[in-house]
Amino acid sequence: MIQAVAILLICQLTGETLARGLALPIPGPVLGMALLLAGCLLSSRLADTVMPTAQGLLSHLSLLFVPAGVGVISHLDVLGGSGPALLVVLVASTALALVVGVLVFVAVARLTGDGGAQASEGPQP
Amino acid sequence: MSPLPLPEIWSYLSREPLLWLTATLVAYLIGDALSRRAKRHPVVNPVLTAMMLLGGLLWMTGTPYATYFEGAQFVHFMLGPATVALALPLYANRAQIRPALLPMLAALLAGSVTAIVSALWIARLLGIEGPVWLSLAPKSTTAPVAIGISEQLGGLPTLTAALVILTGIIGAVIVTPLMRLMRIRDWRARGFAVGVAAHGIGTARAFQVNDTAGAFAGIGMGLNAMLTAILAPYVVSLLL
Repeated sequence: MIQAVAILLICQLTGETLARGLALPIPGPVLGMALLLAGCLLSSRLADTVMPTAQGLLSHLSLLFVPAGVGVISHLDVLGGSGPALLVVLVASTALALVVGVLVFVAVARLTGDGGAQASEGPQP
Repeated sequence: MSPLPLPEIWSYLSREPLLWLTATLVAYLIGDALSRRAKRHPVVNPVLTAMMLLGGLLWMTGTPYATYFEGAQFVHFMLGPATVALALPLYANRAQIRPALLPMLAALLAGSVTAIVSALWIARLLGIEGPVWLSLAPKSTTAPVAIGISEQLGGLPTLTAALVILTGIIGAVIVTPLMRLMRIRDWRARGFAVGVAAHGIGTARAFQVNDTAGAFAGIGMGLNAMLTAILAPYVVSLLL
């Protein structure tokens, strides 16, 4: 597990260094993700080493947003007088982005005759 | 035997990271247990439950957020490594990703533009202007990127951080009912759309529902971080 954590940190560190050094508009961790993906494609042993830790971390991804979430609760005043209007904007705009994104995905998948759409259908709860 | 010096113990504990780190984990475990008991019903979101519990606790004990964060920062720090770890579901689902490249790129562009433009338009209709208006532009992208974009546009970085978190929670809560209503059964499309529209919190929700959806959400989030950084300044200058 320590080995896996070290690999994750090395990728993040390299990503941060590259992003800052080259002034890229990509966050360091996202670049680190791309690096790790490239590494896994080159060596399946690397993927096997990191997989259990990565799965453990990602199965509790929600936990990692709690500190920032508490920040919002304790700083609700930054929303100021426009708080209710801002909430309306966020709900409407997020719903629109979800609807447009998913419809375009499904439409283009159909146009390109992609059979994966059938394969990935799961039982609906 | 003298009674325990409770006020002194409290004043010691409340200054140390241990208390608030423990509280963060316990609050999350309560949120997660409630979410499981509600069969992962989207409204019983573990982040939302935990932040309400902790927000209430901080308010009752008069603890400043900065003190809380001394303890919670260890959890917050793991966001970076977790983002890197998203490479693994990507790797595991690579056979499914290659044929979906075109749908992904199209949905990325459509979802990202919709997220920025609709937020700015609706906000203008509601009379929101100035730095607050600018702060909305990057709301669908992951927090570190959004804060950078907001600064660059002349928005309010702290407000943007709050809007980003709220967007994530809203996306995580509405995605399942919305997709059911639209009868979308393609897990790749569902996951990808929520990653683009609601970044990491949406991705966390996607992993709760389905592994393939989670993998695609992670890609959506990563790609939208890059695209929003490029698009937001351009869209804002067009709408100004």
